[in-house]
Amino acid sequence: MKTNAHSPLQVRGEVISLKRVGEYFQMAIAAPGISERAKPGQFVALTVGGEVTSALLRRAFSIYAADERGVFGGTIEIIFAPQGVGTRWLSQLQVHSLVDVVGPLGMPFPIPATPVKALLIGGGYGAAPLFSLAELLRSRGCRVEMVLGAATGARLFGIVEGRRAANQLTLVTEDASIGLCGRVTDHLDDIVNRSQTELIYACGPMGMLHAVSLFAKERSLPTQCLVEEEMACGIGVCMTCVLPIRGDDGIIRMTRTCTAGPSFDSESILWNEIGTIPVGTFGSGTS
Amino acid sequence: MALRVVNRKLPEGNPSIDLHTILGPLSLPSPILTASGCAGSGKELAAFFDLSKIGAIVTKSIMADPRSGRATPRMAETPSGMLNSIGLQGPGVETFMNEDVPWLSKTGARIIVSIAGNSTEEFARTAARVRRAGDMVSAIEVNISCPNVSNRGLVFACDPVSASEVISAVRRSVGSHFPIFAKLSPDVTDIVAVAKSCIDAGATGLAMINTLLGMVIDTKTMRPKVAGITGGLSGPAIRPVGVRAVWQVHAALPQVPIIGMGGIMSGDDALEYILAGASAVSIGTATFHDPTAAMRIQNELSNLLAERGFTALKEAIAYGHRNTDEMDGLS
Repeated sequence: MKTNAHSPLQVRGEVISLKRVGEYFQMAIAAPGISERAKPGQFVALTVGGEVTSALLRRAFSIYAADERGVFGGTIEIIFAPQGVGTRWLSQLQVHSLVDVVGPLGMPFPIPATPVKALLIGGGYGAAPLFSLAELLRSRGCRVEMVLGAATGARLFGIVEGRRAANQLTLVTEDASIGLCGRVTDHLDDIVNRSQTELIYACGPMGMLHAVSLFAKERSLPTQCLVEEEMACGIGVCMTCVLPIRGDDGIIRMTRTCTAGPSFDSESILWNEIGTIPVGTFGSGTS
Repeated sequence: MALRVVNRKLPEGNPSIDLHTILGPLSLPSPILTASGCAGSGKELAAFFDLSKIGAIVTKSIMADPRSGRATPRMAETPSGMLNSIGLQGPGVETFMNEDVPWLSKTGARIIVSIAGNSTEEFARTAARVRRAGDMVSAIEVNISCPNVSNRGLVFACDPVSASEVISAVRRSVGSHFPIFAKLSPDVTDIVAVAKSCIDAGATGLAMINTLLGMVIDTKTMRPKVAGITGGLSGPAIRPVGVRAVWQVHAALPQVPIIGMGGIMSGDDALEYILAGASAVSIGTATFHDPTAAMRIQNELSNLLAERGFTALKEAIAYGHRNTDEMDGLS
């Protein structure tokens, strides 16, 4: 068996806390082994519905926090919105319920070799992986600017955590209930100028990521986007979570976001052609 | 209340049960295989269990040339199952045989390579390339039944004549003794006719069933949920269809080895296929739910066989058919 410190584990985890946070839920799961291995940007895949479930596909969640020395041993925390049958089931679990967890999965965020001024952009609960990233970047001497956006204040996630984890935090809501009014991209010019951003990390809905990538391209700022594509397995066997990605060799491939991602250099993603097989894609028979 | 933090442990198997199975010239230490398209080329699952401990890894259907597959979305969850429309994404047989198969072989796993093609000629050419690997590959599954091909009117397994042509060509291409298994579609009026036609054309045995052609419409967008519009339905929702197909074909062709599959989630489900006449079973969608499914099911199966008084798997194969002549039904 090819297991090493980087291999994912399958663990029967135990829910140790579940609480509502605005419109979302925050769940802590005792998942020893996974917490020790997890790095910012990785995710876990959970089964839902219990032993007799008819919902067979695993649900993928970014790891919000991993604590290898918690009171209950190693724990991981996830944030989710109860939007589908699986997440609604999770939201109704009791403390001490068991959940099957596979992780950590995917590649961690790449971390710059030298200290830089980084801007972390999060949309809604998609911001979940940014807080551990912020801590890691700051421990490496980076200055971390963070901007969190959502449609409404109740859909902002991580205000307190962001204040703690980042050097400076900006909040943006479309209904102006908290912070600045509008979308995060409306304010990026100001923030980037003020903080002299050299590198961007973004997590959130695909529409926001696309908008951030357009801004970043205009300003020639290297940007990592953590994408969300529907997955069935999370471990690289089902081939459902692919996106058209241009590799370092210039070739476009339908690339698994679970194993090659979930974060990608925004320039490598063919944003306008998601949902298609772009002309010239490897194996498409077009050039 | 004390915390019960439990590392996921597989159930122990029963070592006294002989799980050996014989599929024509192919002898395997266990009847548990992966299903093509549900285990990639084995690499990803190697993190979860020792691939050499199950019967064989059946790799994702490979074609002659690299293939991008279909656009996204490629998947929809359905009740006790899923619909997929991947479109046979893959690196092409040359890269696959040069990179993936040697890696998998080093794990000690037995390898059954699944091949697909747009034409009889492509099947034959791809099979010949696989055969060049010699003993590294134990058998070939000829996937004549993938529903996610561009021309759905050309699913070879939907027509006994087309199926026969492909199998004959592959047989000529790999020589007379190498094991080849024809993968059949349940989307036919008479699966026994297609099965006979494949055996007459030189197939060693049959792998059944492939996914059923299905469709999901998203009622929010009011459009088909997968980009391919239709897709292949898999998972326990289709298990009774698979069990029925294996039963019918075994009843008609009792000497022909069958690899049964379709919605096997547990050792109990595997036993159901074996009682229907399967000499081996493949684990597909279950792997997405539980990456250790194949290993777990193998262990559960040996326990179930022991509980029922069997000492060897082979005693249970087709055991469900005993004294059924007087029963009403499909046999």
